[in-house]
Amino acid sequence: MAVAEIKTTKPQTGFAEFWFYFSRNKGAVMGLVFFLIILFVAVFAAFVAPHSPSVQNRDVLLLPPGWTQGGQWTYLLGTDAVGRDILSRLIYGARFSLFIGLVVVTLSVISGVLVGLIAGYFRGRTDTIIMRVMDIILAFPSLLLALVLVAVLGPGLVNAMIAISLVNLPHFVRLTRAAVMSERTKDYVIASRVAGAGTMRLMFLTILPNCLAPLIVQATLAFSAAILDAAALGFLGMGAQPPTPEWGTMLAEAREFIQRAWWVVTFPGVAILVTVIAINLMGDGLRDALDPKLKRS
Amino acid sequence: MADGSKTFGPSVFQRKKGLAPMLRFIFGRLAVLIPTFLGVSLIAFSFIRLLPGDPVMLMSGERVMAPERHTELMHQLGLDRPMYVQYFDYLGGLVTGDFGSSIVTKRPVLDDFMNLFPATLELSLCAIIVAVLLGIPAGVIAAVKRGTWLDQSLMGVALVGYSMPIFWWGLLLIIFFSGYLGWTPVSGRISMMYFFPQVTGFMLIDSLISGQAGAFKSAVSYLILPTVVLATIPLAVIARQTRSAMLEVLGEDYVRTARSKGLSPFRVIGVHALRNALIPVITTIGLQVGVLLAGAILTETIFSWPGIGKWMVDSVFKRDYQVVQGGLMLIAAMIMIINLIVDVLYGFINPRIRH
Amino acid sequence: MSLFEIENLVVEFQTAAGPFRAVDGVSMKVNAGEVLAIVGESGSGKSVSMLAAMGLLPWTAKVTADKLLFNGIDLLGLSPSDRRKIVGKDIAMIFQEPVASLNPCFTVGFQIEEVLRIHLGLDKKARRARAIELFDLVGIPNPAERLGHFPHQMSGGQCQRVMIAIALSCNPKLLIADEPTTALDVTIQKQILDLLMRLQAEHGMGLIIITHNMGVVAETADRVIVQYKGRKIEEADVLSLFESPKSEYTRALLSALPDNATGDRLPTIAEFLSDDQIFAGAVR
Repeated sequence: MAVAEIKTTKPQTGFAEFWFYFSRNKGAVMGLVFFLIILFVAVFAAFVAPHSPSVQNRDVLLLPPGWTQGGQWTYLLGTDAVGRDILSRLIYGARFSLFIGLVVVTLSVISGVLVGLIAGYFRGRTDTIIMRVMDIILAFPSLLLALVLVAVLGPGLVNAMIAISLVNLPHFVRLTRAAVMSERTKDYVIASRVAGAGTMRLMFLTILPNCLAPLIVQATLAFSAAILDAAALGFLGMGAQPPTPEWGTMLAEAREFIQRAWWVVTFPGVAILVTVIAINLMGDGLRDALDPKLKRS
Repeated sequence: MADGSKTFGPSVFQRKKGLAPMLRFIFGRLAVLIPTFLGVSLIAFSFIRLLPGDPVMLMSGERVMAPERHTELMHQLGLDRPMYVQYFDYLGGLVTGDFGSSIVTKRPVLDDFMNLFPATLELSLCAIIVAVLLGIPAGVIAAVKRGTWLDQSLMGVALVGYSMPIFWWGLLLIIFFSGYLGWTPVSGRISMMYFFPQVTGFMLIDSLISGQAGAFKSAVSYLILPTVVLATIPLAVIARQTRSAMLEVLGEDYVRTARSKGLSPFRVIGVHALRNALIPVITTIGLQVGVLLAGAILTETIFSWPGIGKWMVDSVFKRDYQVVQGGLMLIAAMIMIINLIVDVLYGFINPRIRH
Repeated sequence: MSLFEIENLVVEFQTAAGPFRAVDGVSMKVNAGEVLAIVGESGSGKSVSMLAAMGLLPWTAKVTADKLLFNGIDLLGLSPSDRRKIVGKDIAMIFQEPVASLNPCFTVGFQIEEVLRIHLGLDKKARRARAIELFDLVGIPNPAERLGHFPHQMSGGQCQRVMIAIALSCNPKLLIADEPTTALDVTIQKQILDLLMRLQAEHGMGLIIITHNMGVVAETADRVIVQYKGRKIEEADVLSLFESPKSEYTRALLSALPDNATGDRLPTIAEFLSDDQIFAGAVR
């Protein structure tokens, strides 16, 4: 009667351990694959896209998708009202979405983490003031605030990105602050301080690395949220302006064609949906892999 | 408690003495709100003044005016006084209910807000009710049946739900249900055939009260699609949150104790586990209020639903900046009040933070 | 007929790394009015066997046994609803972390009265009276007032008393105590143990105490079972076990006690014996 023993392997290094847990999540891996495909398509848009995204071809106005009656295979997903190939526009649009996500997340994370570090580390009045300001930002619905900000700054992609970053700021500040507050009372921080570490060193080198897990997860989710928000602003006409092939802006232009040309409305939305799903799947996988509590057998 | 004061029992209706700690809790929260409110008012106040262009033109809406008119308006609008005086005037106006007047309709912003707010409220309430009624059971089932295809399908649907660009989702639903099937209307709150006085501002209630045949049914049919669209994200988020909270709770010692008492699975899950799992979920629901209002902006735009979301978007485009400024203030104030209510409710449900 | 009988109990968990046998062919008997102690290191499977008998293991556990009888009733063959009529009523269990074992959202009064309602069908007044009576029995002062308190308002010792009260509420024939005092202060430990023993004697219950503390064994048990990694190593009455332990493992356990230490270093079991030696020396 043999007793099955659990194999004890050598403890894995940081990244290897992370990858072990991440790769067990099939959805997360699929999300990663999808994301890499979209990234590839965005970077090599010039090679992948069958047509130019901005060339208007008067001969093929509002052409239905290739597989339907009346469609042409060269315009696989059909064309829009001014004869531009939708598939190509979607491919180039991927650039904008990914770019927006990257910029917004970078801005939000850097500023949010900095402010959160300061608030969580120094506590006292600085903390109170910072949290009040964050509460003020949070008192507004995010889209509304972004909308008004863009109204002040002027419609356009860059301003939309700034607005969305600002609206995301409180989430990162809160997250960092909470993580810092819970870490700073821990023994290893006190030990560092006793050993003579200065404030900067303590904040950035000692505490921050241990707060990274929730930050990474939140950053991934903020990435997908930024894509959605930018598309929403584009849809409302306050984001990227026509003729930019941003997916949300494409939907705004398509709205009047709901009845006549369903493909102009459907495909940009599908692009947004699929991209956001892929990133959210990755975010879920990251959370499960990085959260020690969930490491169950 | 050790000092002999009474505490709350599990049911709200068993409240005896002990109102005092709850009132203290509420006042504590209100005190924190005041600086936030002031900050919000400062932002709303600065908004117009930060816009590029001449504030007099922006605030009055008059594009071309003679210099005398300009000076006259400037004085009328108080723009010739020092900034801090203007701000105090503004605050004073807020307290008395003066949120400015719309450049387009010339009516006080507060009036327009009160007219349009019930529409948004009705839509939001329906959406959150749908989201909670569907989301919480979905999350509980997914947690209890963890790892099965049921769990994975429910969570898969939830994932799609909160990844959804809802402005597109609304358009799709319109194409299919209104365009292709012809089942539901596209815009507005009720068919033009019906006309009855606004009692509550809630179309569902007013149509019932009016007694006109078919009015209620019409109101419902106009409400369905916008509700579904608006409820999508909160539903998905609540389902996921409930599942993860339930999973954590189901692993807790007190759930094992409940089972060891020989209680039925329904009671263990529905009473013992759920009560604890709901605590973080209620916080999430509270947070969804802001999401709902943001979503309302998009939903109302698509369905031409005459609420404050659409009102704000239209005002931004029409450059009716008085409305934007006043609307910002009112919406922020409303959110803060709702958050306060949610906090209080949370205090009721979670005994630990009461003490 | 013995009150509680297990023969050849096997509990296997499905894990990511394959099946894991937490309990490997354990057998035991407990008679009415008897106190049995199950002692062993962490991971010996002592809690798991009892949880299996109560039906409290997660779905990943596979439980098989030749016999799993309570009062002659085959527990394994029972339908879940029939089993629920016995569990919490005739067999009760208390656990290691008393504060965590009580639901933080409900008052302790609610948590004890629900057992009275569901198992005994008592009405509200009767429940209240019985709850106060039980709290008195376990030595909780001011019982009527305490019923309205929440677990986080009470100390660990008081919460364990509440747990005992809940366990005793339907006059069980068998009480299983899983490390009941491990999480408590030393002074409180003695109080709770004394309480358990007194109640056991008064009610004539069978009592199974799971512990890793030989001192607790010495003070409470009539008979002792020593377990290691899911298998039974030795079974004896308490005096024989302490005076003349028959298996090497038991001897190693006893000599690892600080009280028994001679020389400079505290001996560890691993220095004495490998797993195979331990299993080989098992006295069945």
